[in-house]
Amino acid sequence: MTEAGREAPSPALPAHPRRDAVLPVRQRRVGWFPRHSILPGFGLSLGITLLVLSIIVLLPLAAMMGDATSLGWSGFTKLLASPRVQGAFRVSLVCSLLAAVTSAIFGLLIAWVLVRTRFPGRRLADAMVDLPFALPTAVAGIALSTLYAPNGWLGALLAPLGIHVAYTVAGVYVALTFVGLPFVVRSVQPVLQDLEAEQEEAATTLGANPLQIFRRVLLPAILPSLCSGFAMAFARALGEYGSVIFISSNRPMQSEIVPLLIVNRLEEFDFNGAAAIGTLMLVLSFCVLLGITLLQRLTLSPRHA
Amino acid sequence: MRDRAASPHQGGWTIALIAVALLFMTLFLLLPLVTVFAQAFASGIPAYLAGIADPNALSAIRLTLLVAAVTLVVNVIFGLAASWCLARFAFPGRSLILTVLDLPFSVSPVVAGLMLVLLYGRQGWFGQWLETHDLRIIFALPGMIIATIFVTLPFVARELIPLMQEQGAEEEEAAILLGASGWQTFLRVTLPKLRWGLLYGVLLSNARAMGEFGAVSVVSGNILGLTDTMPLHIRAMYDDYNIVAAFAVASLLACLALLTLVAKTILERRFLGAQREARIA
Repeated sequence: MTEAGREAPSPALPAHPRRDAVLPVRQRRVGWFPRHSILPGFGLSLGITLLVLSIIVLLPLAAMMGDATSLGWSGFTKLLASPRVQGAFRVSLVCSLLAAVTSAIFGLLIAWVLVRTRFPGRRLADAMVDLPFALPTAVAGIALSTLYAPNGWLGALLAPLGIHVAYTVAGVYVALTFVGLPFVVRSVQPVLQDLEAEQEEAATTLGANPLQIFRRVLLPAILPSLCSGFAMAFARALGEYGSVIFISSNRPMQSEIVPLLIVNRLEEFDFNGAAAIGTLMLVLSFCVLLGITLLQRLTLSPRHA
Repeated sequence: MRDRAASPHQGGWTIALIAVALLFMTLFLLLPLVTVFAQAFASGIPAYLAGIADPNALSAIRLTLLVAAVTLVVNVIFGLAASWCLARFAFPGRSLILTVLDLPFSVSPVVAGLMLVLLYGRQGWFGQWLETHDLRIIFALPGMIIATIFVTLPFVARELIPLMQEQGAEEEEAAILLGASGWQTFLRVTLPKLRWGLLYGVLLSNARAMGEFGAVSVVSGNILGLTDTMPLHIRAMYDDYNIVAAFAVASLLACLALLTLVAKTILERRFLGAQREARIA
């Protein structure tokens, strides 16, 4: 390694055929940027990576942004002024936010119960948390809408109370809570596991009540991970399509979500409009992603310090 | 240690909290799952089997398996290549590639499908060129495969990159210095070390690939019996009020989800156990 490292700057020296021949072949190909490795395969692996990323991600991304800009600024503001577009963004943002808050509250509770308590079936419950990750969204969608339909198991219980979930905006909220839950549990759980239970015990011994322990001991420690779980659940909810369209009535201005609006635009061959709304969603999820990254740094820094 | 940590929390409060958590999980996780199977078998086993044996359902199952198989091959090759160059080499633009790699996780599946339509569709950038060469990507199998690759692309790579970084390059460097060729080193040294991580990534991307709905529905055109994958077939049956048939096919995907969860739990235990041993050693 050190041998190779010392030989690496050799291209700067005057070319000497015999000296060159002694060097391993791959060392002669050190390019215009520094490589500190004697391992081969950099060019091949980078080539495959860039090729796949370009075909699958980068070119399609460029196509969408290109089409969105061809709408022009006036076309873009006109699109945003449309009540239907505004309505869809309102439904998506409000439902995603409420669903992420619900996921955060119950996700935190579930994570705490799974880490700090013992009860029969705990491992099964732990594995079940990932169900929304594994269950296809279309399956979740038809299951939830059947469950909450007026003649469904839960819908029949709620109907006498005047609560209608299926085919209303409440259904959107339920579906988005379903998809968001595991994000919160899985980001809070490892932090709780690392956190010594002794701190909570000490607080109990010192006479703190459970609410005080939660606010003063638990919450400060897990807040960054809770926030990042919340942000992930929110981002996922914003883009969710499959589970929502079955349980929602999909009425414009009432329960139409932004992804569905994009599909509708495409079916009407309004490609530029669809591209503009898609780009807007992308910007939105980028902001959320940025938030996640910043929060993760916040979460990780104390442990690395 | 863990059991001792748990012991002080077994008062009335704790039992109430456990009850609330389990009630929520029952309402939001268990009941939807039970509903799938209850509805699938609501009209008896013959109706269930008829729903699956329907020619359109069978072709949807075949198509789903085909799409998932191609997707997994691409994901494994891409994942290995990406983790090799991103975890083993430092170069300018590395973090940019990592950001692009994460993009599919934060993009709505519908937006993913839209991007592909705008690039490969008839009015898209490559539309003219594809049409003159008589190639079809959108509303055809290639588009559905590309869409599925898009949404599953980060799974394998994201699993392998941290694993490779953690393992370090010393063993590979030793193999190279001892005269092994690049491929020998990769096949004999790197791949065996990565096998559990690779399997884990494949498992996750397979579950997503077989269940993908949003992105595939945008690019498929929903041609019954031709471009219908299982999730799309479920939707077609459900919209037709053929509830039993919809839930029959859904129950297969639910079984896949359960299998994935079981395999994931086993792998996590094995995988994390092996990592812990490596840390001690």
